[in-house]
Amino acid sequence: MTFAKSLESVLIPLGAILFALVLFGLFCAFAGANPVEVYHSIYRAAFGQWSSWQNTLIRASPLMLSALCTALPARLGLVVIGNEGALVLGGLGAIIAGLSLGESLPPWGVQTAMALLGMVFGGVWIALVGFLRHYRGVNETISSLLMNYIAIALLNHLVEGPMRDPSSLNKPSTFPLAVLNRLPDLPGTRIHYGLIYGLVACILAYILIQRTPFGFAARTTGGNIRAAQMAGLPVGRLILIICFLAGSCAGLAGMVEVAAVHGRANQSLNVGYGYGGILVAFVARHNPLAAALVSVLLGGILASGGILQRVHDLPDATVLVFQGLVFLVVLFSESLYQKEGV
Amino acid sequence: MMTPPPNLEIVHLSKHFGPLVALDHVSLRIKPGTFHALLGENGAGKSTLVKCVMGYYHPDRGDIVINGQSRTIDSPRRAHQYGVGMVYQHFTSIPAMTVAENLVLARYDRKNWLNWPQEYEALAAFLETTPFRVPLDVPVSQLAAGEKQKLEILKQLYLQSRLLILDEPTSVLTPQEADEVLGLLHQAVERGELSVLLITHKFREVTAFADEVTVLRRGAVAGQGKVADLGVADLAVMMLGEAKPPKVLNKTPWLEGETILELQDLHVLKDNGLEAVRGVSLRVGRGEIVAIAGVSGNGQKELVEVLAGQRSATGGRVTIQGQVYHATRREMLDYGVVALPEEPLRNACVPHFSVAENMALRTFDRPPQTRWGVWLILKAMRERAQELIQGFKVKTPSPETPMEQLSGGNIQRAVLARELSSPQIQLLIAANPCFGLDFAAVDYIHEQIVAARNRGVGVLLVSEDLDELLSLGDRILVISEGRLVYESPISEADLLQIGQAMAGHDHVHPQGQ
Repeated sequence: MTFAKSLESVLIPLGAILFALVLFGLFCAFAGANPVEVYHSIYRAAFGQWSSWQNTLIRASPLMLSALCTALPARLGLVVIGNEGALVLGGLGAIIAGLSLGESLPPWGVQTAMALLGMVFGGVWIALVGFLRHYRGVNETISSLLMNYIAIALLNHLVEGPMRDPSSLNKPSTFPLAVLNRLPDLPGTRIHYGLIYGLVACILAYILIQRTPFGFAARTTGGNIRAAQMAGLPVGRLILIICFLAGSCAGLAGMVEVAAVHGRANQSLNVGYGYGGILVAFVARHNPLAAALVSVLLGGILASGGILQRVHDLPDATVLVFQGLVFLVVLFSESLYQKEGV
Repeated sequence: MMTPPPNLEIVHLSKHFGPLVALDHVSLRIKPGTFHALLGENGAGKSTLVKCVMGYYHPDRGDIVINGQSRTIDSPRRAHQYGVGMVYQHFTSIPAMTVAENLVLARYDRKNWLNWPQEYEALAAFLETTPFRVPLDVPVSQLAAGEKQKLEILKQLYLQSRLLILDEPTSVLTPQEADEVLGLLHQAVERGELSVLLITHKFREVTAFADEVTVLRRGAVAGQGKVADLGVADLAVMMLGEAKPPKVLNKTPWLEGETILELQDLHVLKDNGLEAVRGVSLRVGRGEIVAIAGVSGNGQKELVEVLAGQRSATGGRVTIQGQVYHATRREMLDYGVVALPEEPLRNACVPHFSVAENMALRTFDRPPQTRWGVWLILKAMRERAQELIQGFKVKTPSPETPMEQLSGGNIQRAVLARELSSPQIQLLIAANPCFGLDFAAVDYIHEQIVAARNRGVGVLLVSEDLDELLSLGDRILVISEGRLVYESPISEADLLQIGQAMAGHDHVHPQGQ
């Protein structure tokens, strides 16, 4: 990669985010708040002090895992946006494992089982998208989007029916996970172990894609499927495996939310980490390492939502407006990259 | 009332694209009420000529004279004003809209309000004046290919075009549909309502429907006259040229060897679901170049794609040294199958990958480029690429340069290096390996193919360049409409018969008539 190209891949997303900041400033001004003060509040709430950093990082960890659900298939040329569905199913798988094992295993054993079942649930969910795409010619973007609704409906059905804890009145939920089995915090912080999961997953994903023959085969397929076929690469198998891995990352995000944050499965699982992950993947241009950084940035924005409401009297959804603006501008900025060659 | 067809004369038209002479002083005349065929191989200049007439290209020299007056045509719309309209090879109707809507859409006027009952009445009345019957209220997507082609022609008639230029209109039709469409046009021409300029490379269409014919070869008129005065033999010679002495290539004498590749009754569909390869059986022996000639679009692309792993066959068997072959990576390595496809950047490379990465496509998952089965050794890839770049004289700034920044000749060299450096090659599949390359690159690639053959590699060479096939091949086959219709050792090959077989002429008479 030449220097100009590396520079381009940093400057364009940065420029896009700056432009989105300007647009968001206009929005705030129209809503009657001083944009500069709003930005200052966001900064303070996200990165101002150690406690705000902790809030930010807690939100960043599911985003990292969820982003991989879009970033990995993107290397094959697939646009998968089933993050929310895979995350919800992963949460379901985790709670099923956690509740059925109870205290029959030591906590680390239960947590491992929860993670594994969550990953399998999410992985199979997205592998289904890959299967439909490769063997039935169904557009993966549409199918993964629609499967989000199925997954959420499945969650609602289970927490309101078969798996409902009768004592959960206002917010139907499953029975709670034994306190013993909950994912602990990193020593001396409020940040749970999910952050480590997220960072490790991003690093492993990067290594898998960039440094293994499997990743090389996947990138070849994404770069030119005809060349991949000519080299005899098993395109169908690659699609299934990558989609499975992608879904299992989002599933792990669901497990983290269940095991570390909520302690049970309920509608709080689909609060937008799935869609946030899509945003992260696109801003990071589907590079797993960049996705980890962008997740921290977006986690900070999400963490500042409450402050905006309290201090500036802006609606609660303001951070979603910000998130949406960033997404739109970043998608538009994709057209700025120089086309190579003839 | 119908206006009579215009009298079109093309006078000494020339067109250059950079150093390439696309048209060289081409003259032809289409008298009102004649059916004129424009015959020639791919790249002979047929399309360039009609694009000049239609105003897509501006000719460098020469005149277009319509009804006795020299005209400058700068756009298709201008051509329409003079009554000249073109029907393209590919359908330009909107599938989701009805026939009537497509016809109204084709008009140049912009009405804000359409009175559909009135339009339908007018369209029905218009259809009465034409020989074509197409249902007006049916969406185009529900029409058969032949009906779609009729709609394309109807659009031109609706725009008052009286001289129709048809660009290989039958390539997407079944033979029956083609005969019907051309037959109806022929009748309209006989009644003096239309003139037709038919671009084709099928002799049968020329002899069956055309009154006059112009043959182009390499941008120049190679022959002209009334079809009645010319035989198929004359047309074949005009189109393909006299046999030239083959280039001297260092070919060792060919010895009948064991069979490497065998195809048995292979059937393959093309993208639109029609059968492209209809029962092809052939064998390629050790150290033999089997050359397959044919006009493009007769199934050779699909045949090659099956062998290269880019398409699945619907019937028949492919065996390599007696073993069934499915084009998996394992089999390609075990049996030593490599390929040299046409348009290498599209078929054999990842454009934004570096030259080194592209050169590793066949070897990246084995030592020394992969260690312990899971770790890529980038250094080994780069070193291997450097060896290949030197060995095959690929001109590239560095192994890290993206493939798409190389010239066409160097891209094909890089692919050639990757493919021919595979260990123990048994079979090479080559399809138009020199298409679009300069002479130096062509000679180099030819030498390499022959060298591989001399080492005992079996080669299946598909090409649209007959000279290439005749100079490289040991045996020549002709594919037409998905079937092999001619076979002969290269020493006994008869250019006339090959030309007729390529043109889909069913009955090959050695002496023409």
